[in-house]
Amino acid sequence: MSDTMRYAYFPGCSAAGTSIPYTLSAGFIAKKIGLELVEIPDWNCCGTSAALVTDRDLAVALPARSLAIAEHNAATAGLDVATPCAGCFASLKSARDYAASSEQRRARVEAMIGESYSATADVFSFLELMAQEAAATAIEQAIQDAALTLAGLKVACYYGCALVRPASICRFDDNENPQSMDRLVALTGAEPVEWAFKTECCGASHQMTEPAAARQLIERIFVDAAANGAELIATACPLCMLNLDLRLAEVNKRRQEAGQTTFDIPVFYFTELLGLCMGGGVRQLGIDRHFHPAEPQAKRLRTLQQLAEEQAAREAAEAAEAARQRDVRKEEAARKKSEAAADAVPAAAGQGTVADEKEVHA
Amino acid sequence: MQTADLSAIAADDLKLAAKIARQAGVGLDDCYQCGKCTAGCPMAHAMDLVPRQVIRALQLGQVERAVNAKGSWVCANCMVCSARCPQGVDISQLMLAVRHYGKKHGLRPEPDADKFDDAFVANIRNFGKSNEAILAAKYNLVSGHLLQDLGSVPKMLSRGMIGPKIHGVKDKKSVRAVVDRVLKDGGQQ
Repeated sequence: MSDTMRYAYFPGCSAAGTSIPYTLSAGFIAKKIGLELVEIPDWNCCGTSAALVTDRDLAVALPARSLAIAEHNAATAGLDVATPCAGCFASLKSARDYAASSEQRRARVEAMIGESYSATADVFSFLELMAQEAAATAIEQAIQDAALTLAGLKVACYYGCALVRPASICRFDDNENPQSMDRLVALTGAEPVEWAFKTECCGASHQMTEPAAARQLIERIFVDAAANGAELIATACPLCMLNLDLRLAEVNKRRQEAGQTTFDIPVFYFTELLGLCMGGGVRQLGIDRHFHPAEPQAKRLRTLQQLAEEQAAREAAEAAEAARQRDVRKEEAARKKSEAAADAVPAAAGQGTVADEKEVHA
Repeated sequence: MQTADLSAIAADDLKLAAKIARQAGVGLDDCYQCGKCTAGCPMAHAMDLVPRQVIRALQLGQVERAVNAKGSWVCANCMVCSARCPQGVDISQLMLAVRHYGKKHGLRPEPDADKFDDAFVANIRNFGKSNEAILAAKYNLVSGHLLQDLGSVPKMLSRGMIGPKIHGVKDKKSVRAVVDRVLKDGGQQ
């Protein structure tokens, strides 16, 4: 990891488009915690899965061009690379690892991009760099300073594929039950739920090319999140976000027609949740730009004082209720005692019926 | 259930299958057909040959059967199969190698996926960056799914997610040169 929180920033193509809320919320956090993101000049698309299924070399060459620019540019030279997008992360890190794996391969990459490239800088996703100790501590501090909380909100942290698989390239967290996002989300006071679909695939570009087959991948994610009590899903990937958030309406429509329950489970970037608790506004963080309305869950934000007052009020109410029940029990006991005393005379005289006795004992 | 005459497998077919597997760094003999890959595959329900069957076909030298199947094209490359294989077989890389072989030989059993990827690469070659709206529009045009996702357009516009501005790199020539250089050489295949 970098010694300071300073990175060469690769925004990815969605940063100025479909994932504006991610850009806004991550930028807000960066400012708050002193994370410096220096944009790689004239970076190009990483190629993502389209390059990979077209040609293995193309999947290396496209990200390598941007990585080489980062090396050559004075403002970004020597910095590790950071990207918000899981797909960009996978492409950049795979290309970097390929070039770093042998001198021969590095030379091949240089020939493909027509530039020198040493492949020394490492690549991090926003999730990984924010989960690192320095950033996580700063985030925790900023949340404490803002004295805000999302206490009580149940969150299903969704990691998807590209941040954790393949483990040999990602070298980050557990690829079946990752915890890094859960730990960050817990800093807000929200409650990450245990669920089974943390690293299941959202269908990626198949939501466009194989919609009939791929829709159920989205639906299953919502079904499992709901079954485990989640009120929202947190994600760290623009494509996971788009697929889940954009397609939820269609999933709900289908379920309604089939007479099944629908889901009111908005999808958030994990950075939006952190940003809220650092004092960021709904518009400022882009939370008002979601397809499935996310504002109701954002309104669950309270100050720590409100939380303390609520807790005090709840405890007072509980104490009052306990006292009331105690009184009721006392009255009941006293009533039974006096009834039993009154009944005792005929019962002792042998005139009581079986029904009477049952009533007394009931 | 299908049967295969194991004594009739041609050595050349086995060699070709092994060659494809080598592109993926996979040894075909490592697979003992437990099916763990397919049990966790999120797209298996939409495949004609599931991952376990693709690798079995290659073990039997049935390259044509593996390549003509939609399986490797329906694969979402989520890599769950590779992560869970008890033998460490990188199945998702193998699915990719089968797809690459098919594409190189003009076999595209799942044309829509192929059109999307071609449109995506063309988008990068033209602009250096991927323009999501242009990509979606072009894909709809070439695939014939003209109205797909059209309902989302007004919402995307109002949220500033798409707009009239085309994103691109300044040095378009250099990105175009990278794409052309790599694809002209026939790549790493």
